[in-house]
Amino acid sequence: MAFDYKPFEYVSPPGLYSAEPRHPVVIVGAGPIGLAAALELANYGVSSIVLDDNNVVSVGSRAICWSKRSLEILDRIGIGEACVAKGVTWKVGRTHHRAQEIFSFDLLPEAGHKMPAFINLQQYHVEQMLVEKCFKSPFVELRFKNKVIAIEQCGTEAIITIETPEGTYSLSAEYLLACDGARSPLRAMMALDFEGELFEERFLIADIEMEGEFPSERWFWFEPDFHNGQSALLHKQPDNIYRIDLQLGWDADPEKESDPKRIIPRIEKVIGHSDFKLDWTSIYTFQCRRLSRFVHDRVIFVGDSAHIVSPFGARGGNGGLQDVDALGWRLAAVVQGRASPPLLEQYNAERTFGADENLLNSSRATRFMSPSAGAERWFRDETLALAAHADFARPMVNSGRLSVPCIYPLTAPDVSIMPTQTRPGATAIDAPIEDGWLLNRLGGQMLVLVIGCKAPEGITLPVLTLEPTTEISARYLGDAAHGIYLVRPDQVIAARWQDIEVQAIQEQANAIWEGRL
Amino acid sequence: MTLKLSKNIDDQDAAYAALIDAHQGLSEAHSIALNARLVLILCNQIGDLDIIKQAIQLACKEN
Repeated sequence: MAFDYKPFEYVSPPGLYSAEPRHPVVIVGAGPIGLAAALELANYGVSSIVLDDNNVVSVGSRAICWSKRSLEILDRIGIGEACVAKGVTWKVGRTHHRAQEIFSFDLLPEAGHKMPAFINLQQYHVEQMLVEKCFKSPFVELRFKNKVIAIEQCGTEAIITIETPEGTYSLSAEYLLACDGARSPLRAMMALDFEGELFEERFLIADIEMEGEFPSERWFWFEPDFHNGQSALLHKQPDNIYRIDLQLGWDADPEKESDPKRIIPRIEKVIGHSDFKLDWTSIYTFQCRRLSRFVHDRVIFVGDSAHIVSPFGARGGNGGLQDVDALGWRLAAVVQGRASPPLLEQYNAERTFGADENLLNSSRATRFMSPSAGAERWFRDETLALAAHADFARPMVNSGRLSVPCIYPLTAPDVSIMPTQTRPGATAIDAPIEDGWLLNRLGGQMLVLVIGCKAPEGITLPVLTLEPTTEISARYLGDAAHGIYLVRPDQVIAARWQDIEVQAIQEQANAIWEGRL
Repeated sequence: MTLKLSKNIDDQDAAYAALIDAHQGLSEAHSIALNARLVLILCNQIGDLDIIKQAIQLACKEN
């Protein structure tokens, strides 16, 4: 069933009548990233105003694949379980060449994680849940039909001019988060440019509504018979909605291709019947580009406003939520006076690094899917040909490498006999513990995780002591008998030791808060 | 590891002939496709990305 859009109410902002006091944080854009940022800050007790030029959630399903890490972040702000309950859980992807399946992957082959590898859930559902959560939060104020039309920065504040149905007013913010999407008006107002690649290939994206039992898997085709040698993707969403992506070629005419009279026959060929309704369609080209810096004095770019990728690795929305993960605790500490602004420079360093990994993976997938004529095309076609009878070529077939959190290049104490998946810079891996799940217990604080031994005397940081269960041992100890981990508020592993003095832990934690690590 | 630049195949003439023979009678397009498959297969056989990059670098010098 199609989504029932209910407009949110416009409320006269106080700033129209008298100047408002300076706000600690103003967020521009009530998409998934802006809303999640507001709720993440609320978790730390930081108030924010969220402005949006519109008054409904996302028109069209847009971002539909939410990764395990995104669900863990959404869980911290209170909607993770609801997303999983509503979404379609999947972990298997199948890639076909012509009529033959050549490769399949299982994104989460092991048990013992609270969140699944991926769910599919329309962006409008996620936004609706986030908006409702924001309405209930005493720390978040949503202002719809509030469009930012000008910005200036002076020293310790950003001042913005906002247009409403009743006139304009201005707001001052200690920090302004630009979560205003791929076409970011703030980015344009500040005359900042993206750097990177544009791809000329055109794709048709269509959501259709149909009854039927299609497996909860991601199906991708290279050169299927039903779509004239191009590529195609079919993915299941809740409410009997299916996402279909069809490659159209670089010379396709977007105007002509948006006509349902052309779209419907194309889809009939994919699914083999005409018993469906068109719910939403869009024609798009790819870009893989980013801002060279995400922090510009008091304006911080988060999500698509900072970086845009091709959609096939689900690295747009998920990458944006990882930005929120990296920014929330740092910004909260700065506005609350627990840390100084250099800490925000670490957000810039880490998330430009994360964005580069997403851009690299996305552009590689895009080049495999739409190779340029000549050598690129020869290697692509022959990889597909080899994949039919040589195992090694199958994983080379690239229909998108799906979003996983990057491992930050931290220089920190490490123990080589412990598992690499939990090395410093990696995000903590979930595991069942006595009374629930590890990531829920870690929460959003700087914490010392003590496994299989006694905590050193006199630690002033919160300590969580764990029994070395099968999962904890496999994920955190490896060949070590016991271990001590320092975990950051974003659940990134900051350092780990086998035996350690209290002072060294404290010094490591201080270095992080001071933005030195 | 470094890329071998010294002779590494006992019967080089036979190896060279096998390459030429494989392309015998192929159209240019089929030849190109064969070479692409061959490069992919040999890259996998080498397995070491660093060696592969050194080989690419050497090949690029000839342009």
